Amino acid sequence: MIVIFGIFLLTLLVITAIAIVRTDNLFVAVMLMGIASLLIAANFFILDAADVALTEAAVGAGISTVLFLGALALTSERERARSSNRLLSFTVVAAAALIIIYATFDKPRFGDPEAPVQTHVAPWYLEKTPEYIDIPNVVTAVLGSFRGYDTLGEVFVVFTAGIGVLFLLGGGTARGSLPQEKINEGLRHHLIPRVVGRVLIPFILLFGLYVQFHGEYGPGGGFQAGAIIAASVILFALLEGEQRALSVVPERALLGLIACGPLLYGGVGLAGIVLGGNFLDYSVLSSNPVKGQQLGILLIEAGVGISVTGVLLAIFHAFAARGR
Amino acid sequence: MELLGLYHYWVFAVLLMIGFYAVVAKRNLVKKLIGLSLFQAAVFLLYITMGKVENGTAPIFPEVGTFVFSNPLPQVLILTAIVVGISTTALGLGIVVRIKEEYGSIEEHEIQEIDKR
Repeated sequence: MIVIFGIFLLTLLVITAIAIVRTDNLFVAVMLMGIASLLIAANFFILDAADVALTEAAVGAGISTVLFLGALALTSERERARSSNRLLSFTVVAAAALIIIYATFDKPRFGDPEAPVQTHVAPWYLEKTPEYIDIPNVVTAVLGSFRGYDTLGEVFVVFTAGIGVLFLLGGGTARGSLPQEKINEGLRHHLIPRVVGRVLIPFILLFGLYVQFHGEYGPGGGFQAGAIIAASVILFALLEGEQRALSVVPERALLGLIACGPLLYGGVGLAGIVLGGNFLDYSVLSSNPVKGQQLGILLIEAGVGISVTGVLLAIFHAFAARGR
Repeated sequence: MELLGLYHYWVFAVLLMIGFYAVVAKRNLVKKLIGLSLFQAAVFLLYITMGKVENGTAPIFPEVGTFVFSNPLPQVLILTAIVVGISTTALGLGIVVRIKEEYGSIEEHEIQEIDKR
């Protein structure tokens, strides 16, 4: 049954991808991209990656679509030119695809527990997580504690990208094409989105907080929660107009959030040094090393959530403000 | 199971190359970024596929009983990669918007022609 479902999803995915490349209407391409993200998320779920599925659904199908639409509103919806060197490109791409497909026959059997990827360090993490950290979700344990350095790096990449977008689009001379009142209105005069949105937004926020603070016990964590919370505020902005969203979460607060996240994360790391351990060693945060680890993960996940929320919202507002 | 595994890898190859085709052949900058997103998604799919263990389940310890878990490591990598991916895509879109404002076009060849003048 799972096999049929998997093949069905993947086939749909390929069809969607071909349609994305073939259409010359960029609006259609972006919408199809959202569908493709949802299909991939469903497929991740089949492949036991609940955390990743949640992230892909929130980020790929939600926020990415909104950002692309924001960019389309500022550029153009139609692709004017035909592809260049279609035959040559197609030949190169097809040849590369065939080589990769040829290589797949040498890959370890799908789901093989003895494959190199499963036997290297992964068993260690699965074995030691209950002992060192004692939280059920191994993904969160690896993300927050064992590989905390990497995650800190990722948070700084997100931070840098946010700052970059603010530099590119914030300030300067924008040439907005939409009339002011139309932007401020949002979808306020459309009854159904407004009613449905009003009911949904509090629950999306609540779900985001649940994902944030329940990330140690179930699928979730700062990255997903940040995306979900940002999505709920973006939905509010789409329904009620950008100005009202900005009066709920003002721009200064957003800049604060962007800075707070990495600061909190780095601060927890430095606290480890101050208390006599290593950088990002949470064991010293509490008298009980396991409790210390749990506290550390809770704090850095909060840092991740804050910075992802702040950056995504700031990027959204930067695009929206450019249209004004 | 065998067929599903190979099929996953084939879809990865095809998806990767569809994305790459959009990057090299399309002249519209937004379309190139969409292609890049597809390319990224294909890589995510490869990693998660490799982490799957037969009869496994998501690597979250249940209250009772023992289970076979799928590999948590690729999941951690991809989890963060997705969020980093959207941030970099946003940065790319920001650059495209600025190009549109300066050049009045987001078609690659038109931009190059303006540059030549």
